[in-house]
Amino acid sequence: MYTEEHLAPVATPPPPVDILRFNTCGSVDDGKSTLIGRLLYDSKSLMEDQIEALERSADLTGGGGINLANLTDGLRAEREQGITIDVAYRYFATPRRKFIIADTPGHVQYTRNMVTGASTANLSIVLVDARAGVIEQSRRHTAIAALLRIPHLVVAVNKMDLVGWSEERFREIRAQFEEFLPRLGIQDVTFIPMSALNGDNVVEASAHTPWYRGPTLLGHLETVHVASDWNLAGLRLPVQWVNRPNRPRDTALHDFRGYSGQIAGGVLRRGQEVVALPSGLISRVKEIWTYDGAVEEAFCPQSVTVVLEHDVDLGRGGMVIGREQPPGVGCDLTARVCWMHPRALQPGRKFLLKHTTQTVPVVVPELLNRLDLETLEPAAAPASLAMNDIGEIRLRTAQPLFFDAYARNRLTGSFILIEPGTHATVAAGLLDEPREFVRPEGAEYVI
Amino acid sequence: MPSYHLDHLQHLETEAIHILREVAGEFERPALLFSGGKDSICLLRLAEKAFRPSEFPLPLLNVDTGHHFPELNDFRDRRAAELGARLIVRTVEDAIARGIAQPAPGEISRNRLQIPTLLAAIEEFRFDCCIGGARRDEEKARAKERFFSFRDAFGQWDPKNQRPEIWNLYNARLNPGENMRVFPLSNWTELDVWEYIRRERLEVPSIYFSHERRCVRRGGQWLPVNNLVPPRPAEEVRDLVVRVRTIGDIISTGCVESRASTVDDIIAEIAAARVTERGSRADDRASEAAMEDRKKAGYF
Ligand SMILES: Nc1nc2c(ncn2[C@@H]2O[C@H](COP(=O)(O)OP(=O)(O)OP(=O)(O)O)[C@@H](O)[C@H]2O)c(=O)[nH]1
Ligand SMILES: [Mg+2]
Repeated sequence: MYTEEHLAPVATPPPPVDILRFNTCGSVDDGKSTLIGRLLYDSKSLMEDQIEALERSADLTGGGGINLANLTDGLRAEREQGITIDVAYRYFATPRRKFIIADTPGHVQYTRNMVTGASTANLSIVLVDARAGVIEQSRRHTAIAALLRIPHLVVAVNKMDLVGWSEERFREIRAQFEEFLPRLGIQDVTFIPMSALNGDNVVEASAHTPWYRGPTLLGHLETVHVASDWNLAGLRLPVQWVNRPNRPRDTALHDFRGYSGQIAGGVLRRGQEVVALPSGLISRVKEIWTYDGAVEEAFCPQSVTVVLEHDVDLGRGGMVIGREQPPGVGCDLTARVCWMHPRALQPGRKFLLKHTTQTVPVVVPELLNRLDLETLEPAAAPASLAMNDIGEIRLRTAQPLFFDAYARNRLTGSFILIEPGTHATVAAGLLDEPREFVRPEGAEYVI
Repeated sequence: MPSYHLDHLQHLETEAIHILREVAGEFERPALLFSGGKDSICLLRLAEKAFRPSEFPLPLLNVDTGHHFPELNDFRDRRAAELGARLIVRTVEDAIARGIAQPAPGEISRNRLQIPTLLAAIEEFRFDCCIGGARRDEEKARAKERFFSFRDAFGQWDPKNQRPEIWNLYNARLNPGENMRVFPLSNWTELDVWEYIRRERLEVPSIYFSHERRCVRRGGQWLPVNNLVPPRPAEEVRDLVVRVRTIGDIISTGCVESRASTVDDIIAEIAAARVTERGSRADDRASEAAMEDRKKAGYF
């Protein structure tokens, strides 16, 4: 059943986060790694031995001067070629916030690694080279950030030193973005003119941009209000592992059978009526077991072990849900995917689909559309999706999935596709709104 | 209205527990690498949180180089016994005797020789997954590592061709002979580890706290004097009040002068530190890409 109630907004406003996770993106050589180096350097987040190592590597790759990009370009091949190949994670803190940075590669060949770094971000910084303006890779990365529903975007108009700090150029690039951003549904965007190389408007405000009144990059990162993206409406507990102690002589634990998992949505309460999926059997929460003692309630994204009143058939891949706001159910699904493998996706191909804690065989009967990166409009019925394409597809799974639209719940609305044989991860997928929902009212009590 | 809020340590904790349970759910023969060091001490507490009241569904594995601090091995054995966990120890000594690892002429360090020893243990027990306590903030090659890090049949890491890792959906599929290394503490910093040790009141080996030790100045650091590290003529030897920040082999772990005698002291010291913890490990200083090279060869 599909009613308005399923779409009810989250009851409690999510609290602000203590850790801001952000990533850099944009085309190759636009200055992403240099920016992260500059941010760490100017915020005094580097240690002496790191600065020494930077100075030591200067002669090798920096032509004498230090190369700030070497702080994240840690692989030998990256330094040799002067490009980023895979995501580097860096950690730093200011008195206001902790930050997890993912510095991702701009090279189109490594878009899959950009998706990796962006998938867990609360904020994305898209860099553009002020000389080149918006190019296809800037649009691709912005589209991926939008697809992943990263709530905040910063457009860093970089290398302003090479365009004479021209306000007019800054405005032109801003206009280029504002022309297509509405089509991607991105709402919160901040534009900052900067020079990552020289540190203008990164940590310190620049004397070259008297016409810019906004915050520096660090100032923005420290103050942007980022709500946690966990969903607190509608209980979802995908079972990871059945907890059954092997203690035949311990009376307290003899009959213990817990279902361990990370709550992927909502709040779990002792005494609450729950439904075990896929069986549909109804039971009640007897105990919420944690190592630190039993608790009255637990919430997303806590990891718990739940003990139910009744013996129900439930194992890894199953899910415990509440009686309100049931998830969608079905084998026929539509989803948007980012294709990440050189072997293109054609209709009829079969894969393994990993969704929450279950992995099921799946076939892709039809490709619905492919995002045109020039116009940012979907083009219908493509013959295939090539590496780095974004498109919408139909899927048919061997067993029903219990899921939510990605827009409602990141954890129960996402999946990956795995190619059988090679076991390569070939796609990141985001599920569309379900057509049918689980109907727990039909289920029976188990005695 | 209750506030459903997790602080940053709680976030790191639930992320790590989720990963440990994914390992238990996806692999047939996983093992947890336990050295007795601070990171793997946190891992053990996380394993308790992930799997209790059951027994651990995986054994502990340690590669003993023969150059460990004795305090560390004592701690390792005692902790495993207290937890009722199965501890498997494989030694470099034995690997050399059996021809699995061959020291180069004059090679004293056991660093490289740990790798074939570990790979032989993986083969012996047919482990398909080894959980390690490595963190991305330790080193620049580690900063590139996935939570689930794929290794081919030779144990090699291919940093140019890692599997994408999207959201918290970990692809744990392997073909026979292949192997996964899993790092639940990837997102933890050194400070997070100590704050967690404080919050959980975890016991750590005594060498992390300040103590008196005879040290010799070598390669810009203070190495502990012992039968493997005898002072050479003209080297400066001093009795210092020191502690170790990261524990490697006794021949390569630099001691730092410190008065930190409690976990609170250590946290204050790290918060004010101006060098990274790896700044005191000679094995990482060997060359610019020392860690990357070792990891490509099968190091944890
Ligand atoms: N003049 C000028 N040069 C810059 C600026 N920012 C970066 N650069 C230079 O641009 C080049 C590329 O910088 P990187 O930081 O490696 O670029 P990237 O975006 O990380 O590249 P990939 O990660 O390979 O996509 C380097 O030579 C930098 O020194 C800037 O603000 N001004
Ligand atoms: Mg880069």
